[in-house]
Amino acid sequence: MSAIILNQVSKSFGTLKAVDQLDLQIQQGEYVALLGPNGAGKTTLIEMIEGIQKPDKGQISILGKNWKEHEKALHKEIGLSLQETKFIDKLKVRETALLFASFYQLPAHRVDEVLASVNLTAKANAFVYNLSGGQRQRLALGIALLNNPKIILLDEPTTGLDPTSRREIWNILTDLKAKGTTMILTTHYMEEAQVLCDRILIMDKGKFIAQGMLNELISKYGEGDVIEFTLNNELTTSLDTLAGLKKITWENEKLKGRIWVESLAAAIPQFTALVTGEGLEFLELECRKMTLDDLFIYMTGRNLHE
Amino acid sequence: MNNTIIEFLKVHFRAFIREPGIIFWAVFFPVIMAWVLGLAFTESSVSNNTVFVVGNIEKDTITERKFKVPGISSEVWYNFKSATTSDAILAMKRGQIQVYLAQENGEYIYHYDPVNQEALKSHLLLEKLLEGKKQFAEIKAVTTPGGRYIDFLIPGLIALGIMNSCIWGIGYNLIEFRMKKLLRRMLATPMKRSDFLISHFVFRMFVCVVESIILITFAMLTFQSQLQGSWLAFIMLFIAGVVCFSGLAILVASKAQSSQVGHGLINAVILPMTILSGIFFSYHNFPSIIQSIIRYLPLTILADGMRAVFNEGAGVSIVLFPVLLLCAVGMVCFLIGMKIFKWY
Repeated sequence: MSAIILNQVSKSFGTLKAVDQLDLQIQQGEYVALLGPNGAGKTTLIEMIEGIQKPDKGQISILGKNWKEHEKALHKEIGLSLQETKFIDKLKVRETALLFASFYQLPAHRVDEVLASVNLTAKANAFVYNLSGGQRQRLALGIALLNNPKIILLDEPTTGLDPTSRREIWNILTDLKAKGTTMILTTHYMEEAQVLCDRILIMDKGKFIAQGMLNELISKYGEGDVIEFTLNNELTTSLDTLAGLKKITWENEKLKGRIWVESLAAAIPQFTALVTGEGLEFLELECRKMTLDDLFIYMTGRNLHE
Repeated sequence: MNNTIIEFLKVHFRAFIREPGIIFWAVFFPVIMAWVLGLAFTESSVSNNTVFVVGNIEKDTITERKFKVPGISSEVWYNFKSATTSDAILAMKRGQIQVYLAQENGEYIYHYDPVNQEALKSHLLLEKLLEGKKQFAEIKAVTTPGGRYIDFLIPGLIALGIMNSCIWGIGYNLIEFRMKKLLRRMLATPMKRSDFLISHFVFRMFVCVVESIILITFAMLTFQSQLQGSWLAFIMLFIAGVVCFSGLAILVASKAQSSQVGHGLINAVILPMTILSGIFFSYHNFPSIIQSIIRYLPLTILADGMRAVFNEGAGVSIVLFPVLLLCAVGMVCFLIGMKIFKWY
């Protein structure tokens, strides 16, 4: 059964089409990652699912309900964490959770249960302003989970966290998946999407430009390796003769760019010979398997983090 | 009261008591202000005035002289100093002197701004002093409760406290919640908006009651202030004041997205009323056109009402109109505020 269905949903702000005729079905228990540069329409899309924004056109159905008629019921089914929610500094962790629990008429033991599930029991009596970034995000996550939501919407839950804190949050989310929770997550970290999600949606200019698992996406839109480089001076020779060349994008004409090739093994010796042959030096050189970022630039010519 | 309101009240209370600065400014600052101003204008004191004299000071006519006003222990001193005309004008511009004397053809001519009340008073006193003939039998000091400066001050300070507490307490809190995206986060839950707003109103009522009890107790013990009118009238006015300024607070905070804008807006509402509404000094010296506006500022209505109850023995029937007016202002502000309120 579908947890979330979007049917031809559009939303404009003035002349800007933030979300443009989107169709989307998310199955119950599915974890979906939403990626795209700033201004792609991710936040607008998430806010329409949250019920904060109303679509200009199209229908949104969540667990068979819509916002217009079932606002109260839907608030009880959805848990969310915003990008960087700041709670009340002078309040302790448990007090903050108790306040939110009162909105759902939940008993105090549910608060303790949730704090345990996000590993904050030891911090229950700490002031919110004394928490680390990771602890704050876990508190936000815990609050999102208070009402045992069937659907969780998380906006960059691990941005700015160190790898250990990030992994801690991933573990909590992985545990939730076993309970059949449905999740939409926006993230800038490809690894996060890969570890947690069943599906990746790439958004640009209000539309999905690609979707699938990372390997599916890469095999569909072009497999290959990437060479990213910066030179000390302008390259005069053309790179068109490079073995297995698929695409070149320049960040700075003839100085800094990315080359997509079929195989690094074949392209690298030829490329370095060409550069050194001109008497140039590499200021930077990085070779790797294609990542989500590379895929995005490959598809749109723009950077995912712009 | 439901669970959510009670949880919110706990939150407001904790945020309040965990910020010692708030307690100082909300509770003790008005008391200190009442004490300082009360003492300054009520207790007997020596007032020192300087008068510049342009020309020669004749030793036998003008020297250091003092007045003793009969009936109170107050002393007024005049120190005469020789100066040039330009010195005297400069000192007058700087507010260091109110009057200067210039010697011309053996006579002293008074120079002062005739609309300056203090200067006028000095002129009269100086004239008496320099004649050196009469005692001031006709000046009577006012000492009965109700007519002293402190009696004027205390009801005004209670009104001011209600305004500040409501507008800063509710208004700033709402802006802060909006800035932190807490409003938006809370709206994504089944929380009722009304519960949130009611909790603010109830908590402010509580804070204002505590503040006022402390201030009134202080005034009664220290200055023997009395509430001469009806306590019921006082309570009605008090509640109407909280209703009025809570509504105004919601209107003020309905849009602001940053603390700087919030500060500016709150000050723009609070400062003119603090200055104009006659909390510290009577507004009756303002031009009559301005007075007719001042009279309808919410703080003026509340402060004048409070004074009528404290000092003039007013009862319920007299405060009924101001009470209804304040409630109406509060409700209108609240409704407009809700209409344009930006929750996220």
